Amino acid sequence: MVEFKRPDKRAVNDIRPMKAKVGIVPNADGSAMFSFGETIAIAAVYGPKELHPRNQRNPAKGTLRCTYNMNSFSVSDRIRPGPSRRSTEISKITGWSLEPVVMINNFANTVVDVHVQIIQADASTRCAGINAAAMALAHAGIPMRDLVSSISVGKLDKQLVVDVDKAEEDWEEGEGPTDIALTFSHNDEKLTHIQLDGIISAKQLKEAVELGKQASKRVYDLQKKALKSVGEEITG
Amino acid sequence: MKAPKMNVDRIKRYLAEGKRFDGRKPEEFRDLEISFGVSKKAEGSARVKLGDTEVIVGVKMAVGQPYDDSPNKGNLMVTAELLPLSSSRFELGPPKFPAIELGRLVDRGIREGRFIEFEKLCIKEGEKVWTIFVDVYAINDAGNLLDAAGIGAVAALKNAKIPKYDEKEEKIVYEESSGNPVPLTKEVPISITFHKIGDQIVVDPTREEEDAAEAKVTIGLSNGVISSMQKGNEEAIDTELFGKMLDAVEGIWDDLNKKVEKALKQ
Repeated sequence: MVEFKRPDKRAVNDIRPMKAKVGIVPNADGSAMFSFGETIAIAAVYGPKELHPRNQRNPAKGTLRCTYNMNSFSVSDRIRPGPSRRSTEISKITGWSLEPVVMINNFANTVVDVHVQIIQADASTRCAGINAAAMALAHAGIPMRDLVSSISVGKLDKQLVVDVDKAEEDWEEGEGPTDIALTFSHNDEKLTHIQLDGIISAKQLKEAVELGKQASKRVYDLQKKALKSVGEEITG
Repeated sequence: MKAPKMNVDRIKRYLAEGKRFDGRKPEEFRDLEISFGVSKKAEGSARVKLGDTEVIVGVKMAVGQPYDDSPNKGNLMVTAELLPLSSSRFELGPPKFPAIELGRLVDRGIREGRFIEFEKLCIKEGEKVWTIFVDVYAINDAGNLLDAAGIGAVAALKNAKIPKYDEKEEKIVYEESSGNPVPLTKEVPISITFHKIGDQIVVDPTREEEDAAEAKVTIGLSNGVISSMQKGNEEAIDTELFGKMLDAVEGIWDDLNKKVEKALKQ
């Protein structure tokens, strides 16, 4: 069998060089940067704090509120500043991917705000954002039962690859590209988020999830290292 | 946000003796750091740190129509986002006045400082010109985002390269640079915002000082000469205090300009 060639010559289960740093926004209660290759995300956490407007307060438990936004100049064609349908959806997805591990049930009537900003985009931005957000929450001291780690798995023609970049997202040969974003909680290895665009058989999707799970452990190692050395940029 | 009276009184007492909480003199700026290449997808970008205050600024370019009254000139559009990520006091939602004011003041500083040679951004008179977008993002608000953003805009513009424009296809090839920088003059515009606290003035306020201030005056200078100005906030300033700002502005510009030049070189 001929070995599959990725545009940037990575092996199929190679993640691009990763970078992580905790403590980048002094004003925030917690903050972090996470990067896959040329994709750079930063996240800041504020809270728990009183939720305004009051009518959104939940007297039974705390509220996790996530926002995802891209800098206008993080991509080639300038994005108009402000929320879009896409960013609104990813904001919600980011919250859902984190909620299973965040223990804010006892913080009734309060909100924990998580703000993700994409500085530079080369695909897999939501995964980088979720990774940064998880670290920022931990840095803020928000009680968590676990950490979550996010990674994308692609299917280029028939081949599964880990950590999709922009050139791969635009794959044109054979069956084209399938892009799967996955987030796992570390200890119990549960899926807290999955999205898929493209075609894939159920059998191969099972393989893709397994591949993603293994790769997410490498993401986790880096997140953990960065959380242990606040203020230092960790590479892996 | 209004500062507690106790803080304001203490800031005033310190200023009466020419002192500030962080040991600076009233007319002294914090340490300045500039780095480039924040986003490779931008035509130019910069990160500015002024003490704990941090902004990132990106330049994007697109081809558009010129305005009727300037058919041979390129366009400039400056926007600012005061991200909730940068401070607990910024909320989600459409830009509020402080964000709009920031964009407007940076725009005015660049435009009136005649920093960009707009005629050189004309592709075909009356039809096609380059539009320059300068977008400012607050990353950490520890006071004086205004002057930090002004410096960031200059740095990002200096860092920018015009992308390749395919005349036949009428589209921009963002992946390829034309190699040409944005046509800029040598006169680097710098804004200095004075803040009135009681009967004293300070520049480059911390967040605490900015909250204590009753009024501000942003002065844009190009090569040390005043080229734009705007007074902000409700309270009036007497002409004597305004005179003090004008007396001080050249000396402050001199120091800050040196800091900016040094930081731009690194």
